[in-house]
Amino acid sequence: MTLDPAYFDYPRRRPGMDHDLYPWSNLFERPPLAWPGGARMAVAILVSLEWFPIVPGEAPFRAPGHMQTAYPDYRHYTAREYGTRVGFYRLLDAFAAAGVRVTVAVNSAIAERYPSIIADIVASGHEIVAHATDMDATIDSSVPEASERAMIVRARDTLAAATGAAPKGWLSIARSQGWNTPRLLVEEGFGYCLDWVNDDLPYRQGTDAGPIVNVGYNHELSDRQIIVVQQNSADSYVEQMKDAFAWLAGEGAPRMLPLHVTPYVMGLPFRIGAFEGLLRWLRGQSDTRFLTAGDLAAGLPAETPAA
Amino acid sequence: MREGERDPGLYDFRPWRDRPAIDWPGGKRVAVWVSPNLEYYELDPPANPHRKSWTRAHPDVVGYSHRDYGNRVGHWRMAEAMTRHGFPGSVSLSVALCQHLPEVVADAAARGWEFFSHGIYNTRYSYGMDEAQERAMIEDAIRTVRDATGQTIKGWLAPALTHTPRTLDLIADYGLTYTCDLYHDDRPNPVHVARGRLISMPYSLEVNDHYGFFVYNMSPREYADTLIRQYDRLADEGGTVMCIPLHAYLIGQPHRIGPFEEVLRHIAADGRAWITRSGDIADHFLTSGAYAAAEADAAAYRPEAAR
Repeated sequence: MTLDPAYFDYPRRRPGMDHDLYPWSNLFERPPLAWPGGARMAVAILVSLEWFPIVPGEAPFRAPGHMQTAYPDYRHYTAREYGTRVGFYRLLDAFAAAGVRVTVAVNSAIAERYPSIIADIVASGHEIVAHATDMDATIDSSVPEASERAMIVRARDTLAAATGAAPKGWLSIARSQGWNTPRLLVEEGFGYCLDWVNDDLPYRQGTDAGPIVNVGYNHELSDRQIIVVQQNSADSYVEQMKDAFAWLAGEGAPRMLPLHVTPYVMGLPFRIGAFEGLLRWLRGQSDTRFLTAGDLAAGLPAETPAA
Repeated sequence: MREGERDPGLYDFRPWRDRPAIDWPGGKRVAVWVSPNLEYYELDPPANPHRKSWTRAHPDVVGYSHRDYGNRVGHWRMAEAMTRHGFPGSVSLSVALCQHLPEVVADAAARGWEFFSHGIYNTRYSYGMDEAQERAMIEDAIRTVRDATGQTIKGWLAPALTHTPRTLDLIADYGLTYTCDLYHDDRPNPVHVARGRLISMPYSLEVNDHYGFFVYNMSPREYADTLIRQYDRLADEGGTVMCIPLHAYLIGQPHRIGPFEEVLRHIAADGRAWITRSGDIADHFLTSGAYAAAEADAAAYRPEAAR
């Protein structure tokens, strides 16, 4: 056996990253950020609000959480809808009880199908970021640029019509991008993106159309990762979030604790109580504010070099 | 190894009972080494015909950025905790990190850590290499680490655990003394190679943080408890080696580093551990008579001797 000699070419073996999307940067050597409102700890809650067609799209890949059985997959279609009808309202009530603002990443199909939900989100003062059109609208580099742009524009315009303002933030399904995605987001008016999970703080990425801020909601701390993938309990999830908060707060400089939750996971009757308890605990921590993705992106000063 | 045969002939059988004693320095019961994998994964690596790198089309944003977290954030947290409790690292190094992020390599070197090779990138696999190609990779690794740190590597952990039938012979031929790729024992053991002397250094997949979190789906506290049980048992038995294999992008997460620090505190306070580096364990094993004793012990169990 032998490998193609090209396998031993390393054209990007050089100082810095092996790509031009962003420069490397050590979290602990950056000037500290200043969160809006001045608190040291930010709690950043992100809720994914999704619509899964019962006939799942396969291109370019099937989204996590999508249909799994042979057609018709009543169990997953309805269990996801449970999250939207019931679980999401439990979460909204929990946020209201704790008096906190959150970010909701919304498939634009939700605005078309259930406009009252959008009205309820807006009335509560929460932030909406665009989260593709529906759970078939996955992105990777096999998607033609024109199709990807059309999907981004449709998601943006549908949400703009429903809320009165175009969303400035974007979350890709499964955080999956193609090579063009950051540039297309900038060209279509987005200022920040929630896809990259390589940092505990917002940082700036570069595109040929200008910079975009990445506000990473660490997927390792999400309910999907901890409860669905790793199958830990809601109580364990809460303990892990408290441990994470304590560690981050102990680092001294301003930090954020990202809580990415899913209505069909955290909104279930046997889990929501644990989550409500976590919100109360976080509410009681000193020098702590609940901030949206837009607040966090604004915490990155304009004069910060792309880092 | 004996290529193509049912028994690869890697080493001799030795039952766990009635082993000759191993005297670790200072009368310690268990040699403990911590092995941070300092890795670099490429965003757009060439394809190896025998193994796929990323699960998604490039760019695999979550896969890549999760690993990148280790170099931006996780390493610094993990390294500080280790230094605080007196644990040096024995680094399983993607040697291209020396070119990409010399800051990380210099930090590890300044802490007195040892480097051994984990290949060029964790996205370039040994599968399919001919002998000249594999020699070129090994020579690249030796040269790169020497140029960056002044250290001459003594050990090898195959890139992404990809081997060829000749890997062990080749690393011994280049004067390396230990392999971390064999998991048959809680002590070092002689390995059969064509020329030179090679020992197996107990590494671990079972208590590797990757297995803990993504194979066994442990919570951070469960993983910490697992490490403490592993340590307590190996210290009770004596003459043993315990490796704690880590990945900065996993253990350096904010919900995991706190529970992990408790493990370091426990081992450091116990007093029975020789807290050291893999190369120091190998040197001691090879020069203290333990290697010869292991050979003699093994000879007693060879089928021809039993007859």
